[in-house]
Amino acid sequence: MEKIVCTCGHENAVGTKICGNCGRPLTEEAKSQKVLDMKYDGSAIRSKTYNKSIVDKIWNFFSSVKVGVSLIIITLVVSSFGTIFPQEFYVTAGTDAERALYYQTNYGSIGTLYYNLGLADLYSTWWFQALVGMLGISIIVASIDRGLPLHKSLKNQRVKRHESFMRRQRIIAEGAITKEDTSKTLDKVEEKLKKLNYKVRRDGTALLAEKGRFARYGPYINHLGLITFLVGVMLHQLPGMYVDDSMWIREGETRAIPGMNGYFLENKQFIFETHDNDPTTAQIQQGVNAVAKNYQTDVVLYKQSEDALPGQTDQLEIVKEYSIRVNHPLEHDGFALYQMDFRLNELKAMTFSLTNKETGASLGDVTIDLRNPKKEYVIDEQTKVILVNYFPDFTGFNDKGEPQTATPNPNNPAFIFNMITPDTPEGEISFVAIQQTVEGSGTGENLYKMSFKGVDTINMSGLTIRMDKTIPLLVVGAFIFLLGLTIGSYWNHRRVWVELLSDGNIRLAAHTNKNWFGIKKEINVLTEYAHLPQYIDQLDDEDDEKIKKETIE
Amino acid sequence: MSLIDLSGNLLEAAFIAYLIATLLIGGSIKSSKPDGAEKRANKWGYLAIIVTIIGFLAHLGYFITRWIYSGHAPVSNMFEFSTAFGMFLVGAFILMYFMYRVTALGLVALPIALLIIGWAAMFPREVTPLVPSLQSHWLTIHVITAALGQSILAISAVAGLLYLLKAVDPKKKGKERFWLEAVLYFLVVIVGFIAVTSGFKAAGYEAEYSYINKDDQELTIIYNLPPFFGMNESQAITEGAMVPLIEMPAFIHAAKLTTVVWSLLVGTVLYLLIRLITRKRIIEMLNPLATKVNLQLFDEIGYRSVLIGFPVFSLGALVFAMIWAEQAWGRFWGWDPKEVWALITWLFYAAFLHLRLSRGWEGRKSAWLALIGFGIIIFNLVVVNLVIAGLHSYA
Amino acid sequence: MDKKKKRSITRGIILAVLVLAIGYTIYSSFTKEKVEVIQRGDQAPNFELVGLNGETYRLSDFNGEGVFLNFWGTWCEPCKREMPAMDRQYEVFKDQGVNLLTINIAQSEFEVEKFLNNLGVDFPTAIDKTKSVMTAYNIQPLPTTILISPDGKVENIITGEMSESDIISYMESIKPE
Repeated sequence: MEKIVCTCGHENAVGTKICGNCGRPLTEEAKSQKVLDMKYDGSAIRSKTYNKSIVDKIWNFFSSVKVGVSLIIITLVVSSFGTIFPQEFYVTAGTDAERALYYQTNYGSIGTLYYNLGLADLYSTWWFQALVGMLGISIIVASIDRGLPLHKSLKNQRVKRHESFMRRQRIIAEGAITKEDTSKTLDKVEEKLKKLNYKVRRDGTALLAEKGRFARYGPYINHLGLITFLVGVMLHQLPGMYVDDSMWIREGETRAIPGMNGYFLENKQFIFETHDNDPTTAQIQQGVNAVAKNYQTDVVLYKQSEDALPGQTDQLEIVKEYSIRVNHPLEHDGFALYQMDFRLNELKAMTFSLTNKETGASLGDVTIDLRNPKKEYVIDEQTKVILVNYFPDFTGFNDKGEPQTATPNPNNPAFIFNMITPDTPEGEISFVAIQQTVEGSGTGENLYKMSFKGVDTINMSGLTIRMDKTIPLLVVGAFIFLLGLTIGSYWNHRRVWVELLSDGNIRLAAHTNKNWFGIKKEINVLTEYAHLPQYIDQLDDEDDEKIKKETIE
Repeated sequence: MSLIDLSGNLLEAAFIAYLIATLLIGGSIKSSKPDGAEKRANKWGYLAIIVTIIGFLAHLGYFITRWIYSGHAPVSNMFEFSTAFGMFLVGAFILMYFMYRVTALGLVALPIALLIIGWAAMFPREVTPLVPSLQSHWLTIHVITAALGQSILAISAVAGLLYLLKAVDPKKKGKERFWLEAVLYFLVVIVGFIAVTSGFKAAGYEAEYSYINKDDQELTIIYNLPPFFGMNESQAITEGAMVPLIEMPAFIHAAKLTTVVWSLLVGTVLYLLIRLITRKRIIEMLNPLATKVNLQLFDEIGYRSVLIGFPVFSLGALVFAMIWAEQAWGRFWGWDPKEVWALITWLFYAAFLHLRLSRGWEGRKSAWLALIGFGIIIFNLVVVNLVIAGLHSYA
Repeated sequence: MDKKKKRSITRGIILAVLVLAIGYTIYSSFTKEKVEVIQRGDQAPNFELVGLNGETYRLSDFNGEGVFLNFWGTWCEPCKREMPAMDRQYEVFKDQGVNLLTINIAQSEFEVEKFLNNLGVDFPTAIDKTKSVMTAYNIQPLPTTILISPDGKVENIITGEMSESDIISYMESIKPE
């Protein structure tokens, strides 16, 4: 491997900017700097050292911060496109055609273009996922490339640094001490800096004080957290890691829970409450009468015994009773059931009165459970109503004259009754639907009718079932990320080099990776205590020059 | 006096205190010779900080009394959230003051806080009851942490603006001068919004129209500004209400568009008046106030506030948001517009930090990035909540 | 030289692992829906339902014989159209070791009985009241027919209406040897 040998005799890897041993600047660029660029402590970024094979080229591509930042910016801009119009999954439409129509009717030709470009489902397109994946690769490669050399160079720091290194630090002081004897100076410096929680090392006439070195690892730790999190997100795709299902369940119903094998759910009741406040300005402006207060489904969770099979319902054991509310899902066995939707006032039962058409006298009432109708409803010995047929969601008659039902749900119930009364022991046939009665043919007009009396309604609750085995990994990832971020942001790595020169002068240099204001305060204290020469900030006097020179194209 | 009235009075007191503090800081800069940030602030500056703190305490008093009155953290609608954001912004300024002893930050931070409070006051101020999804302790935890993070991040834009006010030569033609003036023009437009909204409110303007929405339902809407743009197939209900100049299709909310156009109009008129009277660009007027700014220090303050704010923002706007989303909807991430824009904000500041750490973007470049970052935060507050509908919609 | 080569290999491996992981994620996010549904060749989930006449049907009891499982509802027109043919062919195949069981999705006994009587069919029928069998088989559209071979494996899944000749060939395909 190629090496650069520094004048001090230390061998450095190609690409090193500042000698790892004595601190002499090694490149022309570094030599020309008034203040050294101290990022990665001048160590060679690995990728910069080789650029031979195709693997190296790809590696170097992902290692570049420029590429990383570009990927961040591209992801950011592309993500914003997805918020122009609502995403597909927030649109209630079953088929592709319906979705296309939604974007067309609501947003015109721009909407159609948006849909056709795939922007309506942007976050699940292959290219968006690939973009995030590349960002992930970039984080990993760049961290390996920079973290390891930095770690090495921080670990092998020498106390004594070369003049050319010290003088090129942002904060420097050089000169005679202002009071007392130089023989005590280094002791006093050490004493004070130790009080300021620095770790102090000495080597002859040189001193290196350092604190908060771990802060330099913050970025690498938070990158590790991000990667852990991304791995967690990727694991969602593995079978068995993630369940996302939904179910509608009516009050009184017991249903198998989709995605949650062997479990059943009974809906005791659904509760919808509103706030009883006076309407606010915002409500009036938007024409909202009442603000929702609570959506709640009181449920019983059952489990089948271990050896039970789907379809068997006689071996259900109660697991728990619970009120599922928004923000309060029912949690069990890694699964959680969330209150997501509801439908109020679905028809449950209809009550009719068997009425004499002429006199209007009623022979009695019949209540039909629309979910579970019976064959006949007996009023007394001579009077009964036979249900000939029932169509829960009546849509009309087909070409053979048979009544049709569109769904199994009682949205528009229709009945064929056979009414048997003391006056009509043979029975009278009547077809009854909402706002429609057709009487049996042949025998002329009926004497009796089933007159509508009222309905009972029922509520239906929409629940989501979720199970996510990746959550622990995501939690760990987020925790590591925040930990690294905190370490890297709220602590800083400060170093002070002090050397007693042969002419009796003192040379001091200081560096921090951030918060120069803070380190200056400490150096002020130190200067006063150890009577050091006043330091200067080499960038301070640059200010006004900078303004003149700097323009942004 | 009831608790809610007390709360309102405290907010007004805070507003007045911030106004006085701004003037005091202005005075402190005019009256003193240039001095470094490490030196003690002069008498005026000292007084300004005391008044700011008094204002902040009053603001906090508003927040707490309203919380007690309504029974939930007052961060659940546009008025409440914006006022809280303004409060945290002042809080972040005070924090930075005690770290760096720089009063000049307040010269920008306080007027921005004033603008934000003024903006908030244009929205309905009643206590609104919470819908079920908001009834969670995570509302308090998530929103307050996120707002706190945003306000600390905003301080970097405050420092950046001051940096640029000094660094950009108002006499020299160029892109920087143009865009910096554009930033200040935008602030004037917000003043325009506040002026026109409160003006018509004071005059008692109100006109009701019916319209047909995109789902073919007939609804009514109340305009508080004379309608330039009418809603789809709009019909006046209020007698004698003016006919909108242009009718918009159903997918454009014409009432909001009218507000935007009114604000731009009044803001532009205001801006032109300023230019006509002073015969100067606004940046030229403000430039003398910024001469005392120590560029090195303000660059550092800008960077430091991103460093402090970024972890807080990550925690509040992403991590806490994900925990709450998991609890309320069973998925920690749903690509809701607000979520996406929180992610965009986060990505942007991540890019900021990488550019600064690894590519040496300091000084001007960093200051411009800080301004863009604040632009994203404001976009997230205004446009995402009011224009892009989603789970976080306030309108 | 060796060290360089080693480094290149390490980098190559890291990159390859990353690319594969991301590739797999993207690939599986597009094929996900298909994985969850029951597939041909899978062991057919066992179940137990009580039929209209009170007898108990347990899938495992049919071991060694073919099972023709038909899911339906009264509102489903194609279901209704294919039923008479199913009934006819069941009469032919039931002595050859092919069982027919039609499963109604959670309707009332009244509706089911009326519907079948009107059609004039009398094959074995059970009602899946809790939709648990439907859930176990991940039935989406109706009608769906699951053909189960004598060794208890899913032989075929047919969604949509079948003609009489379809039904014959399907019953043929699950006849025990």
